Amino acid sequence: MSRIGKVIPELFKSLTSAPATVDFPKSAVPVPPDYRGKPVLIQEKCTGCGLCQRDCPAAAIEMVDVGAKRPKPAFDYGRCAFCAQCAESCRSDAIVITGEHHLAAFSREALRAAPRPEKKEEEPQEPAAEQE
Amino acid sequence: MMAKYTLPVGPQHPALKEPESFWFKVEGEVIVDVDIRLGYNHRGIEKACESRNYIQCLYLIERICGICSHSHTTAFAQCVEEIAGLEIPARAKYIRVIVGELERLHSHLLWLGVAGHEIGFDTLFMYSWRDREAVLDLLELITGNRVNYAINTIGGVRRDIDGPKREQILSQLDLLADRAKFYADLVTTDSTCLARLENVAKFSAEQARAFGTVGPTARASGIDLDVRRDDPYAAYGEMPFKVIISDRGDLLGRAIVRLEEIGESIKILKYALQNLPDGPLTVKAPRKVPAGEAVSRYEAPRGEDIHYVRADGSDHPERVKVRAPTMANIYAIGESMKGSYVADIPIIIASIDPCFSCTDRMIKIVRQESGEARTMTWEELRQYGIRWYQQ
Amino acid sequence: MSIILDLVRILIFPGLLFTVVFSLFLEWLDRKLYARMQNRVGPPFRQPLWDLVKLISKEDIIPENANQFMYTVLPVLTVTSAVAAMIYVPIWNRESVYPFWGDLLVIVFLLTIPTMVLFLAGWFSANPFGVVGSFRTAIQFLSYEVPLLLAVLTPAVLAGSWSIRDIVLFQQEHPWAVAAQLAALAVALLALQGKLERVPFDAPEAETEIVAGPITEYTGPRLALFRLSTDIQLAVGVALLSNIFLAGAIGPWYLALLLFLAKCVVLVAIIAAIRAMMARLRIHQITSFYWKYLVPIAMAQMVIIVLIKGGVGV
Repeated sequence: MSRIGKVIPELFKSLTSAPATVDFPKSAVPVPPDYRGKPVLIQEKCTGCGLCQRDCPAAAIEMVDVGAKRPKPAFDYGRCAFCAQCAESCRSDAIVITGEHHLAAFSREALRAAPRPEKKEEEPQEPAAEQE
Repeated sequence: MMAKYTLPVGPQHPALKEPESFWFKVEGEVIVDVDIRLGYNHRGIEKACESRNYIQCLYLIERICGICSHSHTTAFAQCVEEIAGLEIPARAKYIRVIVGELERLHSHLLWLGVAGHEIGFDTLFMYSWRDREAVLDLLELITGNRVNYAINTIGGVRRDIDGPKREQILSQLDLLADRAKFYADLVTTDSTCLARLENVAKFSAEQARAFGTVGPTARASGIDLDVRRDDPYAAYGEMPFKVIISDRGDLLGRAIVRLEEIGESIKILKYALQNLPDGPLTVKAPRKVPAGEAVSRYEAPRGEDIHYVRADGSDHPERVKVRAPTMANIYAIGESMKGSYVADIPIIIASIDPCFSCTDRMIKIVRQESGEARTMTWEELRQYGIRWYQQ
Repeated sequence: MSIILDLVRILIFPGLLFTVVFSLFLEWLDRKLYARMQNRVGPPFRQPLWDLVKLISKEDIIPENANQFMYTVLPVLTVTSAVAAMIYVPIWNRESVYPFWGDLLVIVFLLTIPTMVLFLAGWFSANPFGVVGSFRTAIQFLSYEVPLLLAVLTPAVLAGSWSIRDIVLFQQEHPWAVAAQLAALAVALLALQGKLERVPFDAPEAETEIVAGPITEYTGPRLALFRLSTDIQLAVGVALLSNIFLAGAIGPWYLALLLFLAKCVVLVAIIAAIRAMMARLRIHQITSFYWKYLVPIAMAQMVIIVLIKGGVGV
């Protein structure tokens, strides 16, 4: 019943087939198309409602003043849990989840993404957002 | 006869992947007594939930355990849905089952690898983790992440399983079934595996019941217990599967139960994928949950997971209580270890598939005379710790 | 002149330098094959060297309660005795650089020193895991040593000499001798596996049970020396078995060297496969395995060899 070396055929199979592991930084590991990676703001669509900040479980989103009427979200990818709830909570689809996942950086600052400054008079989205 | 000595295993030890302390009284190579100390990795998740809204809680709860993350979120979401009186759509129920069973597959394969490593069979470890990657890839395909799936939301699930994804999952399942058979065959016939697993850390059904064991640990001692069948949640009422029971009661029994459960999980997965009902994924959930309380049970890969939630009508829970399966199983291993060998320590601990961080909790000390409890400041606690170690 | 020649032999070839390079190569081969059998990529060729350099450059820590003197002496002792054993092993020739009538016994004796050192290392390191590991090392030593000696005795009895040169010469003249003692070779390989504390006989340094056994408290350069010593013991063991069981080397020196290397590679591949296909045994299972199965096999082999010797009349 019991015997030694039950795994030997498997050892030979492995020895002659390609390794299952990859040499990571040199050869990339593919991710599926809808992988939950880095969330990115599309600022033109953002209404500044702040729902994303309210639902973020990791406090990675901060609404910052950009000179426009409403503040816009700034992301701290060092805190981000990549749950994609911000994209889900956003009513105007202003946050998209990219597949990007090579996010290591040498400083905390490099992991922050602030919205770009806007001017109040150049704010065409403002009335549109209110209509929604 | 050799002198008795104390062998500390943990809080840092290569056999333990998480901090927990076991102090063994050892006579030569035989264990005479064991002292289990919990509490090295208390994270205060239950308390932290009270200051977050339900959506945020979901992601925090998910991080109780990296391996049964879907179990915890499902149990929590079921509680909240029950309080709010939501009936989630059938498709969402099926998707919860599919992700839950894939999670069971990956958890049991992970356990097999850990068990292999603990008994020094690293080849088994590498092979089973290689095959586990296939499951993780499927989970990544469905949910967008390998570990924290975040598929649950209050009132349903967040992502759909469409046609191509379904085909891809189905195409992998047969391969996984083959591998599970191979491992079951390997573990039950390889001489060195049998030498390490057979008749070690036996406990009878009475003992298992007395210690309140759950999940595969209980089923390996012949206790017929499975929340999926006894108290069906999600879509388990419609799933065809049988509860795997072994009356061996030893390490080999626990391995057999887990490996055969992989086969049952694959059956459930095939049924669920082929009969996936149409319909919406979510029902609209209120942000503020009405006052009320609920308990939900979930058969996690390691055993029964119990969540309790009390709501007070605001957008955050008033109290959350989690009983992870390891809490129920851990004291059984302490008893079954007596009389075993030092060499069996790692595999006996691993045999309940422990998850110490999930199980750790805070102890509140109440003075018997006055009935008052006191909070220590950080500085007091530090001084106390220094005094304790100097003694 | 002869002193310089001796120094070259001891320090360069086949002494320290060659031994270190050769043993690191065998370590790489062992790890690579082990990894490939597990469907992994495995370490790059220079990895064992980098590991060694890294460990040597790390901080050197001696535990407060450990015996300072022993802590300093033991790592050096284990490497020197292993290298000394290598000097007596023939490599590209039928004989080593210092052949004499009892070199086989000297090698086996020199190989026991690292094991004793390991026992002492754990004993003096003031660590419960180290002490448990020490006991297990000693128990295991008592288990594998007898089958190892019996197995090594087999070719010596067949050739009628304790000298490796005579044994190799005898086998090259009578090639059937190699086939006649295959069982002894198997016993010797399994005993070697126990000597090097590799799966399934790695209870003395079982990682998941007692961390690293006797060398738990060793760090930096001292740990590097212990690891190097294990590698050298592997090299000595494999080189010795390829000589006394597989008829050693023959032909012009480059062909002989290739032949020798090929035999070593095959033997390392076999023990790497043994490592890959089993779970670790408990210490008492190890003892009973050696005494219940290997000792009788080795004895039966010996009887067969004596009968053959009587029958053939060589």
